[in-house]
Amino acid sequence: MWVYEKKLEYPVKIKNPNPRMAKYIITQYGGPDGELAASLRYLSQRFSMPTNEARAILNDIGTEELAHLEIIGSIVHQLTKGVPADILEKEGLGAYYSDHDHAVYPVSASGVPFTAAYLQSKGDPIADLYEDLAAEQKARATYENLINLADDPDVIEPLKFLRAREIVHFQRFGEALRIVEDKLNEKKFYITKPKDKA
Amino acid sequence: MDQNQENLLKEVMAADFTVTDLMLYLDTHPCDQNAIALYNYSVQRSLTLRQEYERLYGPIIAQLTPSKFPWQWVQGDWPWEK
Repeated sequence: MWVYEKKLEYPVKIKNPNPRMAKYIITQYGGPDGELAASLRYLSQRFSMPTNEARAILNDIGTEELAHLEIIGSIVHQLTKGVPADILEKEGLGAYYSDHDHAVYPVSASGVPFTAAYLQSKGDPIADLYEDLAAEQKARATYENLINLADDPDVIEPLKFLRAREIVHFQRFGEALRIVEDKLNEKKFYITKPKDKA
Repeated sequence: MDQNQENLLKEVMAADFTVTDLMLYLDTHPCDQNAIALYNYSVQRSLTLRQEYERLYGPIIAQLTPSKFPWQWVQGDWPWEK
Protein backbone atom coordinates (compact mmCIF):
# COMPACT_ATOMS: atom_id res chain seq x y z
CA MET A 1 0.00 0.00 0.00
CA TRP A 2 1.05 3.62 -0.16
CA VAL A 3 2.07 6.11 2.45
CA TYR A 4 2.53 9.81 1.78
CA GLU A 5 5.67 11.71 2.68
CA LYS A 6 5.34 15.46 3.10
CA LYS A 7 8.17 16.27 0.74
CA LEU A 8 8.83 16.16 -2.99
CA GLU A 9 11.40 13.75 -4.42
CA TYR A 10 13.15 16.79 -5.95
CA PRO A 11 12.63 20.46 -4.98
CA VAL A 12 10.35 22.68 -7.05
CA LYS A 13 10.60 26.39 -6.28
CA ILE A 14 9.63 28.50 -9.27
CA LYS A 15 9.96 32.23 -8.74
CA ASN A 16 8.40 33.42 -12.01
CA PRO A 17 4.99 32.28 -13.29
CA ASN A 18 4.96 31.09 -16.91
CA PRO A 19 1.60 29.86 -18.25
CA ARG A 20 3.12 29.12 -21.67
CA MET A 21 5.45 26.51 -20.13
CA ALA A 22 2.64 25.18 -17.92
CA LYS A 23 0.65 24.36 -21.04
CA TYR A 24 3.52 22.20 -22.33
CA ILE A 25 4.71 20.67 -19.06
CA ILE A 26 1.21 19.45 -18.17
CA THR A 27 1.71 16.79 -20.83
CA GLN A 28 3.90 14.92 -18.36
CA TYR A 29 0.94 14.93 -15.96
CA GLY A 30 -1.87 13.67 -18.22
CA GLY A 31 -0.25 13.05 -21.59
CA PRO A 32 0.65 9.83 -23.44
CA ASP A 33 4.21 9.56 -22.11
CA GLY A 34 3.63 11.19 -18.76
CA GLU A 35 4.00 10.13 -15.16
CA LEU A 36 0.36 9.11 -14.61
CA ALA A 37 0.51 6.74 -17.57
CA ALA A 38 3.83 5.39 -16.29
CA SER A 39 2.63 4.77 -12.73
CA LEU A 40 -0.59 3.07 -13.80
CA ARG A 41 1.25 0.99 -16.38
CA TYR A 42 3.87 -0.35 -14.00
CA LEU A 43 1.59 -0.71 -10.98
CA SER A 44 -0.87 -2.68 -13.11
CA GLN A 45 1.71 -4.87 -14.87
CA ARG A 46 3.34 -5.93 -11.60
CA PHE A 47 0.52 -8.36 -10.77
CA SER A 48 1.27 -10.70 -13.65
CA MET A 49 5.08 -10.71 -13.56
CA PRO A 50 6.71 -14.14 -13.13
CA THR A 51 9.77 -13.30 -11.03
CA ASN A 52 10.33 -11.45 -7.77
CA GLU A 53 12.84 -9.08 -9.35
CA ALA A 54 10.31 -8.02 -11.99
CA ARG A 55 7.52 -7.63 -9.43
CA ALA A 56 9.78 -5.54 -7.21
CA ILE A 57 11.10 -3.27 -9.94
CA LEU A 58 7.63 -2.61 -11.37
CA ASN A 59 6.31 -1.93 -7.88
CA ASP A 60 9.13 0.41 -6.94
CA ILE A 61 9.47 2.28 -10.22
CA GLY A 62 5.66 2.61 -10.35
CA THR A 63 5.80 4.15 -6.89
CA GLU A 64 8.56 6.55 -7.90
CA GLU A 65 6.47 7.63 -10.90
CA LEU A 66 3.72 8.74 -8.51
CA ALA A 67 6.34 10.97 -6.86
CA HIS A 68 7.20 12.34 -10.30
CA LEU A 69 3.50 12.97 -11.00
CA GLU A 70 3.51 15.10 -7.88
CA ILE A 71 6.57 17.05 -9.07
CA ILE A 72 4.92 17.82 -12.42
CA GLY A 73 1.72 18.87 -10.67
CA SER A 74 3.73 21.18 -8.43
CA ILE A 75 5.54 22.71 -11.41
CA VAL A 76 2.27 23.38 -13.28
CA HIS A 77 0.67 24.78 -10.12
CA GLN A 78 3.55 27.15 -9.42
CA LEU A 79 3.76 28.28 -13.07
CA THR A 80 0.14 29.43 -13.08
CA LYS A 81 -0.50 30.46 -9.47
CA GLY A 82 -1.78 34.02 -9.20
CA VAL A 83 -1.82 34.59 -12.96
CA PRO A 84 -4.98 36.47 -14.02
CA ALA A 85 -7.36 34.95 -16.57
CA ASP A 86 -6.51 37.36 -19.38
CA ILE A 87 -2.80 36.49 -19.19
CA LEU A 88 -3.60 32.78 -19.09
CA GLU A 89 -5.68 33.29 -22.21
CA LYS A 90 -2.94 35.27 -23.95
CA GLU A 91 -0.46 32.45 -23.25
CA GLY A 92 -2.71 29.73 -24.70
CA LEU A 93 -4.48 28.48 -21.57
CA GLY A 94 -7.89 30.10 -22.27
CA ALA A 95 -9.64 26.82 -23.02
CA TYR A 96 -8.01 25.07 -20.07
CA TYR A 97 -8.91 27.96 -17.74
CA SER A 98 -12.55 27.78 -18.89
CA ASP A 99 -12.87 24.22 -17.63
CA HIS A 100 -10.33 24.14 -14.83
CA ASP A 101 -9.58 27.66 -13.58
CA HIS A 102 -6.14 27.39 -11.92
CA ALA A 103 -6.54 23.69 -11.14
CA VAL A 104 -4.24 20.89 -12.24
CA TYR A 105 -6.08 18.39 -14.47
CA PRO A 106 -4.64 15.44 -16.38
CA VAL A 107 -4.45 16.45 -20.05
CA SER A 108 -1.78 16.39 -22.73
CA ALA A 109 -0.08 19.51 -24.12
CA SER A 110 -2.81 19.68 -26.77
CA GLY A 111 -5.59 19.38 -24.20
CA VAL A 112 -6.52 15.72 -24.74
CA PRO A 113 -7.73 14.24 -21.44
CA PHE A 114 -5.85 11.30 -19.96
CA THR A 115 -6.89 7.84 -21.11
CA ALA A 116 -5.91 4.31 -20.13
CA ALA A 117 -5.34 3.80 -23.87
CA TYR A 118 -1.92 5.36 -23.20
CA LEU A 119 -0.83 2.23 -21.39
CA GLN A 120 -0.96 -1.51 -21.81
CA SER A 121 -0.82 -4.25 -19.24
CA LYS A 122 -0.63 -7.24 -21.51
CA GLY A 123 0.00 -10.03 -18.99
CA ASP A 124 2.77 -11.32 -21.22
CA PRO A 125 5.94 -10.38 -19.32
CA ILE A 126 8.08 -9.95 -22.43
CA ALA A 127 5.51 -7.70 -24.12
CA ASP A 128 5.05 -5.72 -20.92
CA LEU A 129 8.76 -5.16 -20.31
CA TYR A 130 9.38 -4.06 -23.92
CA GLU A 131 6.46 -1.65 -23.51
CA ASP A 132 8.12 -0.32 -20.36
CA LEU A 133 11.47 0.18 -22.10
CA ALA A 134 9.74 2.12 -24.87
CA ALA A 135 7.76 4.16 -22.33
CA GLU A 136 10.92 5.28 -20.56
CA GLN A 137 12.51 6.37 -23.84
CA LYS A 138 9.39 8.31 -24.83
CA ALA A 139 9.32 10.02 -21.46
CA ARG A 140 13.04 10.85 -21.73
CA ALA A 141 12.51 12.32 -25.19
CA THR A 142 9.54 14.37 -23.98
CA TYR A 143 11.59 15.84 -21.13
CA GLU A 144 14.28 16.80 -23.63
CA ASN A 145 11.65 18.59 -25.72
CA LEU A 146 10.34 20.43 -22.66
CA ILE A 147 13.87 21.40 -21.62
CA ASN A 148 14.41 22.80 -25.14
CA LEU A 149 11.26 24.93 -24.75
CA ALA A 150 12.18 26.25 -21.30
CA ASP A 151 14.60 29.01 -20.36
CA ASP A 152 14.07 29.36 -16.60
CA PRO A 153 16.60 27.39 -14.48
CA ASP A 154 13.95 26.93 -11.76
CA VAL A 155 11.97 24.94 -14.34
CA ILE A 156 14.88 23.30 -16.15
CA GLU A 157 16.48 21.77 -13.05
CA PRO A 158 13.54 19.55 -12.02
CA LEU A 159 12.98 18.62 -15.70
CA LYS A 160 16.63 17.54 -15.97
CA PHE A 161 16.24 15.43 -12.82
CA LEU A 162 13.15 13.74 -14.23
CA ARG A 163 14.89 13.12 -17.55
CA ALA A 164 17.84 11.48 -15.75
CA ARG A 165 15.45 9.22 -13.80
CA GLU A 166 13.89 7.97 -17.05
CA ILE A 167 17.32 6.84 -18.21
CA VAL A 168 17.91 4.95 -14.95
CA HIS A 169 14.45 3.35 -15.16
CA PHE A 170 15.22 2.23 -18.71
CA GLN A 171 18.38 0.56 -17.42
CA ARG A 172 16.46 -1.23 -14.63
CA PHE A 173 13.76 -2.49 -17.00
CA GLY A 174 16.47 -3.84 -19.32
CA GLU A 175 17.88 -5.82 -16.40
CA ALA A 176 14.41 -7.06 -15.43
CA LEU A 177 13.81 -8.17 -19.02
CA ARG A 178 17.04 -10.19 -19.04
CA ILE A 179 16.15 -11.82 -15.71
CA VAL A 180 12.66 -12.73 -16.95
CA GLU A 181 13.99 -14.06 -20.26
CA ASP A 182 16.50 -16.26 -18.41
CA LYS A 183 13.75 -17.56 -16.14
CA LEU A 184 11.39 -18.30 -19.04
CA ASN A 185 14.16 -20.05 -20.99
CA GLU A 186 14.61 -22.49 -18.12
CA LYS A 187 11.21 -23.99 -18.92
CA LYS A 188 10.36 -26.24 -21.87
CA PHE A 189 9.89 -24.49 -25.19
CA TYR A 190 6.26 -24.57 -26.42
CA ILE A 191 5.17 -23.93 -30.00
CA THR A 192 1.97 -22.30 -28.76
CA LYS A 193 1.29 -20.37 -25.54
CA PRO A 194 0.32 -22.93 -22.89
CA LYS A 195 -3.18 -22.41 -21.48
CA ASP A 196 -2.04 -22.89 -17.92
CA LYS A 197 0.94 -20.54 -17.70
CA ALA A 198 1.49 -19.25 -14.17
CA MET B 1 8.94 27.74 5.20
CA ASP B 2 12.03 29.47 6.64
CA GLN B 3 15.48 28.89 5.21
CA ASN B 4 16.64 26.58 8.02
CA GLN B 5 13.62 24.31 7.54
CA GLU B 6 14.07 24.31 3.78
CA ASN B 7 17.78 23.46 4.04
CA LEU B 8 17.19 20.59 6.46
CA LEU B 9 14.34 19.22 4.35
CA LYS B 10 16.59 19.33 1.27
CA GLU B 11 19.15 17.24 3.16
CA VAL B 12 16.44 14.70 4.00
CA MET B 13 15.31 14.71 0.36
CA ALA B 14 18.87 14.10 -0.86
CA ALA B 15 19.46 11.27 1.65
CA ASP B 16 16.14 9.67 0.73
CA PHE B 17 16.91 9.90 -2.96
CA THR B 18 20.11 7.91 -2.43
CA VAL B 19 18.02 5.25 -0.69
CA THR B 20 15.47 5.19 -3.54
CA ASP B 21 18.13 4.90 -6.24
CA LEU B 22 19.93 2.07 -4.41
CA MET B 23 16.62 0.31 -3.80
CA LEU B 24 15.85 0.19 -7.52
CA TYR B 25 19.37 -1.09 -8.24
CA LEU B 26 19.04 -3.82 -5.61
CA ASP B 27 15.70 -4.94 -7.04
CA THR B 28 17.59 -6.21 -10.10
CA HIS B 29 20.89 -6.96 -8.33
CA PRO B 30 19.77 -8.67 -5.10
CA CYS B 31 23.14 -10.35 -4.52
CA ASP B 32 25.32 -7.24 -4.65
CA GLN B 33 26.71 -7.25 -1.11
CA ASN B 34 28.51 -3.93 -1.43
CA ALA B 35 25.31 -2.26 -2.61
CA ILE B 36 23.39 -3.66 0.35
CA ALA B 37 26.02 -2.28 2.74
CA LEU B 38 25.80 1.11 1.06
CA TYR B 39 22.00 0.93 1.16
CA ASN B 40 22.00 0.19 4.90
CA TYR B 41 24.34 3.10 5.56
CA SER B 42 22.12 5.39 3.49
CA VAL B 43 18.99 4.29 5.34
CA GLN B 44 20.65 5.02 8.66
CA ARG B 45 21.69 8.46 7.48
CA SER B 46 18.18 9.17 6.21
CA LEU B 47 16.62 8.10 9.52
CA THR B 48 18.97 10.35 11.50
CA LEU B 49 18.21 13.39 9.32
CA ARG B 50 14.48 12.68 9.37
CA GLN B 51 14.41 12.46 13.13
CA GLU B 52 16.16 15.82 13.36
CA TYR B 53 13.75 17.42 10.87
CA GLU B 54 10.66 15.96 12.51
CA ARG B 55 11.80 16.99 15.98
CA LEU B 56 11.89 20.62 14.83
CA TYR B 57 9.22 20.85 12.13
CA GLY B 58 6.71 18.05 12.54
CA PRO B 59 5.96 14.78 10.76
CA ILE B 60 7.09 13.75 7.29
CA ILE B 61 4.91 10.63 7.45
CA ALA B 62 1.78 11.18 9.52
CA GLN B 63 1.12 7.56 10.42
CA LEU B 64 4.54 6.97 11.96
CA THR B 65 4.61 10.00 14.21
CA PRO B 66 2.74 10.96 17.37
CA SER B 67 1.29 14.47 17.22
CA LYS B 68 1.41 17.48 19.50
CA PHE B 69 -1.71 19.55 20.10
CA PRO B 70 -3.30 20.76 17.86
CA TRP B 71 -3.02 18.09 15.09
CA GLN B 72 0.37 18.81 13.48
CA TRP B 73 -0.10 17.17 10.11
CA VAL B 74 -2.54 19.80 8.77
CA GLN B 75 -0.21 22.64 9.68
CA GLY B 76 2.68 24.07 7.81
CA ASP B 77 3.46 24.26 4.13
CA TRP B 78 2.58 21.49 1.74
CA PRO B 79 5.42 20.43 -0.55
CA TRP B 80 3.89 21.74 -3.81
CA GLU B 81 3.71 25.32 -2.54
CA LYS B 82 6.40 27.77 -3.56
